[in-house]
Amino acid sequence: MEYVSPEGLRLDGRRPMEMRQLRAEIGTVAKADGSAVFEMGNTKVIAAVYGPREVQNRSQQISDQALVRCEYSMANFSTGDRLRKPKGDRRSTEISLVIRQTMEACILTHLMPRSQIDIFVQVLQADGGTRSACINAATLALADAGIPMRDIVTSCSAGYLNSAPLLDLNYIEDSAGGPDVTVAILPKLDKVTLLQMDAKLPVDIFENVMGLAIEGCKAVSNYIKEVLLGNTKQLEYRRGL
Amino acid sequence: MDARLANTWRLTVNEKNFIKTALLSEIRIDGRKPFEFRNFIINFGREDGLTEVQLGQTRVMAIVTAKLVQPYQDRPNEGTLSIYTEFSPMADPSFEIGRPGESAIELGRIIDRGLRESKAVDTESLCIIAGKLVWALRIDLHILDNGGNLVDAANIAALAALMTFRRPECSLGGEDGQEVTIHPPEMREPLPLIVHHLPIAITFGFFIDESIMVIDPTHNEEAVMAGRMIATVNANGDICAIQKAGGEGVSQRVIMRCLKLATTKAVDITKQIKEAVEAYNSERALQKIKCKSTYAGTNEENRNQSVDSKGISELAGKYMERLKLVSRECCVSPNNNEVETKSLRSGTDGINFTSGPLSWDPYSKGVDPEFLKVSLASQGLSTPNKKKESSGEEKPSGTEREGPYDDVNPKSSAINTSRIEIQTKGQKTLKDAVKPKNKRKKKGSSII
Repeated sequence: MEYVSPEGLRLDGRRPMEMRQLRAEIGTVAKADGSAVFEMGNTKVIAAVYGPREVQNRSQQISDQALVRCEYSMANFSTGDRLRKPKGDRRSTEISLVIRQTMEACILTHLMPRSQIDIFVQVLQADGGTRSACINAATLALADAGIPMRDIVTSCSAGYLNSAPLLDLNYIEDSAGGPDVTVAILPKLDKVTLLQMDAKLPVDIFENVMGLAIEGCKAVSNYIKEVLLGNTKQLEYRRGL
Repeated sequence: MDARLANTWRLTVNEKNFIKTALLSEIRIDGRKPFEFRNFIINFGREDGLTEVQLGQTRVMAIVTAKLVQPYQDRPNEGTLSIYTEFSPMADPSFEIGRPGESAIELGRIIDRGLRESKAVDTESLCIIAGKLVWALRIDLHILDNGGNLVDAANIAALAALMTFRRPECSLGGEDGQEVTIHPPEMREPLPLIVHHLPIAITFGFFIDESIMVIDPTHNEEAVMAGRMIATVNANGDICAIQKAGGEGVSQRVIMRCLKLATTKAVDITKQIKEAVEAYNSERALQKIKCKSTYAGTNEENRNQSVDSKGISELAGKYMERLKLVSRECCVSPNNNEVETKSLRSGTDGINFTSGPLSWDPYSKGVDPEFLKVSLASQGLSTPNKKKESSGEEKPSGTEREGPYDDVNPKSSAINTSRIEIQTKGQKTLKDAVKPKNKRKKKGSSII
């Protein structure tokens, strides 16, 4: 199948190095301490953060740092065919673990000993790149909750199809079976914190694809910063400052 | 995740500091250099596809099994490969009984991604009837002892198990070509899997910051390290999978350096695995030759019976013709099987364990209960009595043929046997094919 036309356009009309449209909204779950909706094209994810709060299960309490928990789930209606067993499968357990470890690395957990932070992310619409969208949404929600962080974490994926590196794969491109590199970076420190990759790729091409994904992450981080700034300004305005 | 902190064994602050400060001057607690892999030993089990890898103190067992199933609808002509992990509580106090924990799932997923998505195993060759019947491979990984770096050890174990695993040969028959015959391993040599390349997982541990990096961290180092990256690469320099889930941030330059290091390590490890597998294979081939000769001897009576049944089953008749042709070639030796089998047995006594009990018992050796069942079922009308009579008549032709062959070339006789056996015993339908696993088990237990 042809994923990049001779004119250099992808199936959804993007250029190989082009991202899908981003949209973010903060404060979408009124009850939660922090929440956000993040959209990358047709992928839509909602995240809610509770905490820091008292540890629910005492035996898990850590005396020198906060306990971070994360739950990733996909809504039954998020995919084309309705999901049969959406909860507790191996894929979502792994993604939960990955998101938790990524966020744990950027939260200043040592400032909040004996407490717990819960991150819940749910995929409302899945169109490729749910892992990246979840991390971006979780970052926004954590920032909204006012949890101290080293830096924001932003994530983006990239792939390699028809011998062309492609940024931000959608579902059709993702399920083509080609390589899929998901990267999350700390933009200020310029460090890669999450890196997941599958399928086979020679080292030099991998370097290009990873570089492209990192560029994507930087673009996402600019957008996220903009959204956070806009949100803060609005809060200021509401307070009448 | 809930169990993640409940029962973990924690290092003391002193020990942690000791490991960290030692690493600052590039010394590791077990005396290795930072980029040195621990030595590993691969032990192979008696069965094909059973391996145990010992990497330092880490011990992982891998078992590959195959089963016939219906393929997935979106991939009608591909077999399946699935990986299951079992973290036994005896390996580490933090592993709990019951459902697999997060780390178990992550380990399974990393290995799965390395093996499956890089298409290391040729799944299309596992197809028997497109859309209807394919082999489903299952790799079970058991962690027996956790000495750190489970992923690499489990990966090596899985690869070695895949390379030594053999699946029974299948052939299609019937008018429409939809009838599947599974040839038991005694009849036809089982086929090895097609493994295109070996994706080797290499784990990197990052301490304090990205500048301090080690390969193959031990259990203690794992408790101290700030970040981990697992690169699955093959010897050709292709990257098959990477997993770095959070933890300490690492710059792009360091990642590329890690990948280069991983490639060189992968070449070494690939070589070691291949050597071990080759040694196992040559030993196995030797054993097989011995096995076959005894098998031919003990099975002589079987053969005769299968010959009788030809009258009823048409297909067997065809084979009889072939049989006769063969028998004409051979010289006549009226002193039949009694002597032959004895001599054979004395020659191979004690070498072959699997068929041991069969050769002890002169009565049981002639009657293969499974075969009797099948032949009875297929004939319907024929009674055991009738069978005995006819077997008496036919005996000479069958035995004459085999006698001299056995002495000269045990292997060829085994091939002949299998040819005949397949016809009478091997007329199986799809129904029979569904549960090959149980059948094999039954067989295995009766032998042992």
